[in-house]
Amino acid sequence: MKILITAQGQNSTDAVDQRFGRASYHIIHDTEADTYAAIDNAAQLNAAQGAGVQAAQNAVAGGAEAVLTGHCGPKAFDVLAAAGVSIYSGITGTVVDAVGAWKRDELEQLSGPDGTPSH
Amino acid sequence: MRIVVASGKGGTGKTTVAVNLAVSAARAGHEVHLGDCDVEEPNANIFLNAELPTIRTVTVPVPRVDQDICTHCGACAEICEFNAIACLPRQTIVFEDLCHSCAGCWLVCPEKAITQRERVLGEVATGKADGLGFTEGRLRIGETVVPPLIQEVKAETAGHPWVILDAPPGTTCPVVETMRDADFVVLVTEPTPFGQHDLELAVELARVLERPCGVVINRAQEGRDQIDRYCEGEGLEVLARIPFQRRVAEACAEGALAIDVDDEVAASVEGLLRALEGLEVTS
Amino acid sequence: MMELVVCSGKGGTGKTSVVASLAALAHNFVLADCDVDAANLHLVLEPMTEVTQPFIAGHLASIRPEDCRGCGVCRVKCHFSAIERVNDPETGTTYRVNQTACEGCGVCVHFCPRDAIDFEDRRCGQWSLSSTRVGPMVHASLDVGAENSGKLVSLVRTKARELAVESGHDLILVDGPPGIGCPVTASLTGADLALMVTEPSLSGLHDLGRVLDLADHFQIPARVCINKYDFNIRLTERIEAECAARGARVIGRIPYEPLVNDAQIAGRSLVEFAPDSDAAQAITSIWHHLEHSLTESPTLKG
Repeated sequence: MKILITAQGQNSTDAVDQRFGRASYHIIHDTEADTYAAIDNAAQLNAAQGAGVQAAQNAVAGGAEAVLTGHCGPKAFDVLAAAGVSIYSGITGTVVDAVGAWKRDELEQLSGPDGTPSH
Repeated sequence: MRIVVASGKGGTGKTTVAVNLAVSAARAGHEVHLGDCDVEEPNANIFLNAELPTIRTVTVPVPRVDQDICTHCGACAEICEFNAIACLPRQTIVFEDLCHSCAGCWLVCPEKAITQRERVLGEVATGKADGLGFTEGRLRIGETVVPPLIQEVKAETAGHPWVILDAPPGTTCPVVETMRDADFVVLVTEPTPFGQHDLELAVELARVLERPCGVVINRAQEGRDQIDRYCEGEGLEVLARIPFQRRVAEACAEGALAIDVDDEVAASVEGLLRALEGLEVTS
Repeated sequence: MMELVVCSGKGGTGKTSVVASLAALAHNFVLADCDVDAANLHLVLEPMTEVTQPFIAGHLASIRPEDCRGCGVCRVKCHFSAIERVNDPETGTTYRVNQTACEGCGVCVHFCPRDAIDFEDRRCGQWSLSSTRVGPMVHASLDVGAENSGKLVSLVRTKARELAVESGHDLILVDGPPGIGCPVTASLTGADLALMVTEPSLSGLHDLGRVLDLADHFQIPARVCINKYDFNIRLTERIEAECAARGARVIGRIPYEPLVNDAQIAGRSLVEFAPDSDAAQAITSIWHHLEHSLTESPTLKG
């Protein structure tokens, strides 16, 4: 399956980004193939508002079934939840650290938004 | 004649000038309607204390998706530039507060699954005070879409011989909406470096919008002539210099009309009125 | 690392002048000028710009006249009255987009039967990273007529944060925008402490209440100071009473000081220009309160 981790850089060894909508990068990790692919999230965002909505739609279109992040605002949450994507918060360290924590079931799954909206 | 009173900077006395000018014009016998277009923080009524019994809700159309007809083709989300509509495999979600009401999504939907719902932006309230008509626009708190409410304030003032609009501060969208069809723009500034810098921005906007403009120097003082020099260099007329009087500032802080507190101030506002009447004759 | 945001509600209360003085008193910080609609802070800090980048948000439609056949569909569909007819005796009727009125919705682009409309990224302003005599500063300005959505404010804060982390500064000092709309929200969310600079007038009081409501909504602890308080003692006392009633701490009263204008002309903050004035002393005392609040507890929230 594909999981999305919000990151400050393009590599799996880069630090995670606590934001979802305005994260610098969205890293897609394919759990079967054990690969990491980076998407420049900032480059995808042109609109003045609704960064969370756009990022969430991109994540859904890209096939992510789970999102690992720090905080998720209400609109992004609505979009991801409607598409059946699970959202996990509390990531720390690097992208690889976050994936490890998820695999060990150490992350908190969000049942509602917990972040302030991205502008 | 539609006069817009604006300033690049907040706090220069734009509302004070707009209100005192409107009252002065009404007392001189003109039929005046004042519109408070600073709909985020309307303050003009602090000076007028007008009863505003006529209240009208202002709405904008936003999409409503019939989920039973929707085939999730994504055309709506694709055309939307504002991320107000998200099309997902089993659901299409509308984020009404992001919608700019461009109609793109409902025009483009191949199944005609999108109709409209009216979303409340705020209200316009109208009444009379001190011999003039007055309309105040009140934006719902937290609302981000502003220009349509300002359009409604303008609509309420239309048809009167003298319309004076108190613009929002700054030079962004809401100010553009207020100023775009003005016959004349009065730019209020103060003789300080901050005041001059922001006056330059406001003049730039008036020029982009091709509106004739003139300048009022509020809180004018002996020896502070940087604005006069700037105006001379730019070919802008200084229509009035309202002197800084501490006791006037103190009284206005509590909502007094400056022209009733001090004769010098009254005379400079009258001078502004004469200058504007002169424009009316020539236009 | 802490973030202090200075707001006012009403414009013209002296917020930027106060921020300039706080910047002269503070140490080891990055300054973020988020008052992007009419930025003034640079006038008293004389920044030396190191980097400037354009700020892009949304799009702008523009009709290629050579491809336009004058059908007028664009004008009919445009919800913002942003398309004008151009009658030329030689080339006939074509249409043109009024760029100040264009909302960037893309509807005309979509419906043009000739694909004659370009839809380009819109430059709305610019942001810069500069050095000043008091420390590094990130600042920005919106072009006249641009939409003030908060995106540029967010960008300035992000850049300031990145710089602070990179160079080990422990404070971000933000000159917030006036008002209570999106740009103010964008400057407040996630901040550790807010200082509201108000003035003793009815409009100042009214707008102070609304910006305090905003701070409460985002759970940002707020402090208040009253500038030019001696213009109206009665209203000053009323503001203090209303703040006490809602639990907002008033941490100082600054008297009116005519030398502020001279300081501005000299390109200096008041505490640098007239450090012995009562106003400068009041601001210094306010800074000590803020410094104490910022350092005394690692998490101020709640």
